Amino acid sequence: MTAPRRFIVGALGLVLLAGLWELYKLLGPADGVVLAGVTVLPRTSDLAMPHLWVMAGRALEPVTGAGNAMPLWQAVVDASLFTLGISAVGWLVGVTVGLALALLMHRFRLAEAAVLPWIILSQTVPLIALAPLVRRWGTQIQFGAFSWESWMSVALIASYLAFFPVSVGALRGLGSPDANHVDLMHCYSAGWWKTLWRLRLPASVGYLLPALRLAAASAVIGSVVAEVSIGLRGGIGRMIVEYAGAAGGDPGKPWAPIFGSVLVGLVAAGFVGLIGLGLRRFRRGEVAA
Amino acid sequence: MSAPEPTPLPGRRAASLAVDVRGVSRVFAGRKGASVTALDSVSLTVAPGEFVSLIGPSGCGKSTLLRLIADLDTPTTGEIRVFGKPARQARIDQDYGIAFQQAGLLPWRTVSGNIELPLELHGADRAARRTRAAELIELVGLSEFAGHYPDQLSGGMQQRVAIARSLAESPSLLLMDEPFGALDEMTRERMQNELVRICAETSAAVVFVTHSIPEAVFLSNRVVVLEPRPGRIRDVLRVGLGETGERGETLREDEEFFHAVSQVRELLHGEAPAGARGAEAR
Repeated sequence: MTAPRRFIVGALGLVLLAGLWELYKLLGPADGVVLAGVTVLPRTSDLAMPHLWVMAGRALEPVTGAGNAMPLWQAVVDASLFTLGISAVGWLVGVTVGLALALLMHRFRLAEAAVLPWIILSQTVPLIALAPLVRRWGTQIQFGAFSWESWMSVALIASYLAFFPVSVGALRGLGSPDANHVDLMHCYSAGWWKTLWRLRLPASVGYLLPALRLAAASAVIGSVVAEVSIGLRGGIGRMIVEYAGAAGGDPGKPWAPIFGSVLVGLVAAGFVGLIGLGLRRFRRGEVAA
Repeated sequence: MSAPEPTPLPGRRAASLAVDVRGVSRVFAGRKGASVTALDSVSLTVAPGEFVSLIGPSGCGKSTLLRLIADLDTPTTGEIRVFGKPARQARIDQDYGIAFQQAGLLPWRTVSGNIELPLELHGADRAARRTRAAELIELVGLSEFAGHYPDQLSGGMQQRVAIARSLAESPSLLLMDEPFGALDEMTRERMQNELVRICAETSAAVVFVTHSIPEAVFLSNRVVVLEPRPGRIRDVLRVGLGETGERGETLREDEEFFHAVSQVRELLHGEAPAGARGAEAR
């Protein structure tokens, strides 16, 4: 598909989603559909499902009734940038650690056998359990002018989610070159590092990019959730929780930070897309021999 | 018509040979204690500048033998020397160039980038690499495609790049494992003509694995016929259809060519001892 067509299809998907929302709100029963005491379809009241234009309109109004309040959208953008920054740090740390682990596991069979199960196991620990631990340990770190701050805890938790896809994807990528190519490097007496640089890393780009995208999404989710668990102010995660409380009297307001978090995710994915664009030489189709 | 089998003095033997395979066996350990003897006490010599083909049915160990010479694998017993050195040392010294059935080009490198790869790995400077790659691209007739990526080339072109790459460091020995195996018949014959020309220009010795009889006959000074299970040399046929430089398209129509082809075919299929048909006596 050509670029403009892809853009149009993407936009159509968005319009379709908006249409569905409004259609259900128009036709669905006001009290939702309840089967055997369980709500299977949501209520369509203005409180539960505000019109899209209510959400948009609310974003343009000031955050609060106070005279000096900034517009809601601006507050959301500020919070989004804050969260994006933390996610980026978490992503960078996660990618570095993930790559290092993958290299270690690729280099030493024993390391793969010893580390890989723990890497997979690590992802089953719920974030909520992790957050207080990280914060407590963090507060004990202090040397010289450096002191651990709350945002670092959030970034650490984000990296904890981000490293996983990178380590697994990179490990697969490093092992992906054909036996043919590996033999060739052996014939050239190329050592491990040379083979890594000229063959294995370039060959793993195709595996690495989806992993980096997944890591970006995980880092954003990790940051949003960890902000809440750690209790860090200023980010989009905290804002979602705060504004959810206002839903009763101001149904459009909680939606603004939700869209903000979607925006952060899109920017993060777009950034990885840019990396992919820079590396597109390494994604040429395999040689059709 | 051709010189008798060279039998140099034992002392000088090692140094004056391109490849010297002495009593080599390779046994692959299978599951549950079963083992497969891919090669059973094979001995073979290749003189400098000589073109030797290994031919035989699947499983006769011809590729295994090539891999052993290339030090991609080690013999279970026996010894292999390349230019008088152990195979491992010859590999480290880059005494040979190699080409496989799959061109094995790196998809993210251009034609010239692929040819430069071995030079780059061994620390040649940029200008020298450029010059050498340009020469070789010229040699294999791909000058217009220097900046193309492998996926933009046909199978034959890719294989030509692979051959150019194997020649990058001007080796005195070329190891080729069915390099034209994946090509169509017409491309194949054209590539054979080019290989004959390139060999004449570089005067490198070649060990060439194939299972095409006409290909082996057309290219070689000697054709080594192997038999499977266990892999052994059944016979060696001296072909000698003129100097490599003089071979051309007309040779394929030649009476001698057909005669040699049927001789190799009989050796491959027949039980008759080679001497009875006069293979070596001609």
